[in-house]
Amino acid sequence: MTTTNTTIRDLVAEHGNLGTDVSRLADTDDLYAHGLSSLATVQLMLAIEDSFEIELPERLLVRSTFESVAAIADAVALLQT
Amino acid sequence: MPQHAPATDSAHAKAVSTVRAIAAQHADAVDLEARLPHETIDALRDSRLLGALIPQSLGGLGLSLTETCRVVEELARSCASASMVFAMHQIQVACLLWHQRTPEMEALLRRTADEQLLLASATTEKVVSGAVRTSACAIEPAGASFSLQKEASIISYARLADAILITARRGPEAPPTDQVLACITADRYRLDRRQVWDTIGFRGTESGGFLVQADGPNGAIFPDPFADISRRTMLPVSHVLWGHLWVGLAAEAVSRARALLRKQARSAPGSVPAAAPAVVDLVNRLQELRSLVYHAASDYQSAIESWQADPAAAGLVVDSLPFSIRMNGLKLAGSKAVVEIVTDAIEACGMPAYQASGPYSLGRLLRDAHGARVMINNHRLTGANAAWLLVSKDD
Repeated sequence: MTTTNTTIRDLVAEHGNLGTDVSRLADTDDLYAHGLSSLATVQLMLAIEDSFEIELPERLLVRSTFESVAAIADAVALLQT
Repeated sequence: MPQHAPATDSAHAKAVSTVRAIAAQHADAVDLEARLPHETIDALRDSRLLGALIPQSLGGLGLSLTETCRVVEELARSCASASMVFAMHQIQVACLLWHQRTPEMEALLRRTADEQLLLASATTEKVVSGAVRTSACAIEPAGASFSLQKEASIISYARLADAILITARRGPEAPPTDQVLACITADRYRLDRRQVWDTIGFRGTESGGFLVQADGPNGAIFPDPFADISRRTMLPVSHVLWGHLWVGLAAEAVSRARALLRKQARSAPGSVPAAAPAVVDLVNRLQELRSLVYHAASDYQSAIESWQADPAAAGLVVDSLPFSIRMNGLKLAGSKAVVEIVTDAIEACGMPAYQASGPYSLGRLLRDAHGARVMINNHRLTGANAAWLLVSKDD
């Protein structure tokens, strides 16, 4: 899980275009409150699909899936089991 | 199946017909003078239609969204500017109605129905232009109240508004995308006009740029993030109501073309007017546009009912990517179709339609139709859909 979260943090840092240093955020901090835009979310979705070799199904392509590092990790875990 | 019955079947047919007649009477003056259709707004007030969407329990008429859509369509046939003012007001009412959870907001809804208040919107901003999902200005907290200063690039009918719904960053430290919506009554804001409205179409909305200086109680800020209000309500309601506006404009153009065709047929019995095949095509394309718009409105109405029956349910249609893509697509397709239908109606009718005035003139309609592609600009919507299509798997 820790490795997953580290990878997610790297992807958020690279594609999230946040106004904040991702390393200073907690896993449960709201990424939208730190500047994640809907367009950056799309780039993040694509990066997550590529990095974890998964396809996020339509039902997970909602705002709440990407609201925090922990929420993204939950979605990834769901698809990897 | 979407209901294709016109608004004239409803109990409010008479009221709508009265308002339409007043709108038609003043439409040319409103356009020529680029002034607000205040006679029509007064008529809407007299018929209580400004409270169309508000439930009867709160003093409104309790019409559904699809019923309200038909009023927009009917009004658009007489005066697109008046229809736009009515539609934009109903968009604000929908935001209040479906996202209000404070006593201040419920009171404003009741007042809107009782006093037939007119609600306006300030979502665009000078520094971010049409990117309504980002704000530069911020809510400045001051204990139980807040203040706000915004260089709004467009506020429509601001001079007549009784309240304005304004977007801003959640606070001074919030990033541009972390937005809230606040509803501020006219006694709590001051407007300084920055830019005059002198467009080729929708001239009667008297829109324009303003510096807004406002304050209000904290209860005037919606608890829901603006992202949710925008996705579930403001954008889809806009696209669905505006879609009916485009249908009304296109229907009026086709109606004028058909009237001209009848006149030509009567003056030359025994022959079919040369324009007849072109008008057949126009009638078919109007029907396609109407089907597109009515079907989307009907599906959205169902999605609203599911959402309101269980707001916390997972997998709500209003939260899904295919739904947002479809609503943007509705705007793109509808706004393209209305311009094409009005343009081709001018070609089919020839000089009588190309006249600047007269019973068959399509000049004002053509100028108004072009606004459909510019307001909530199609380039921006295409860009959003292009990005979402990269991740959405739904066909």
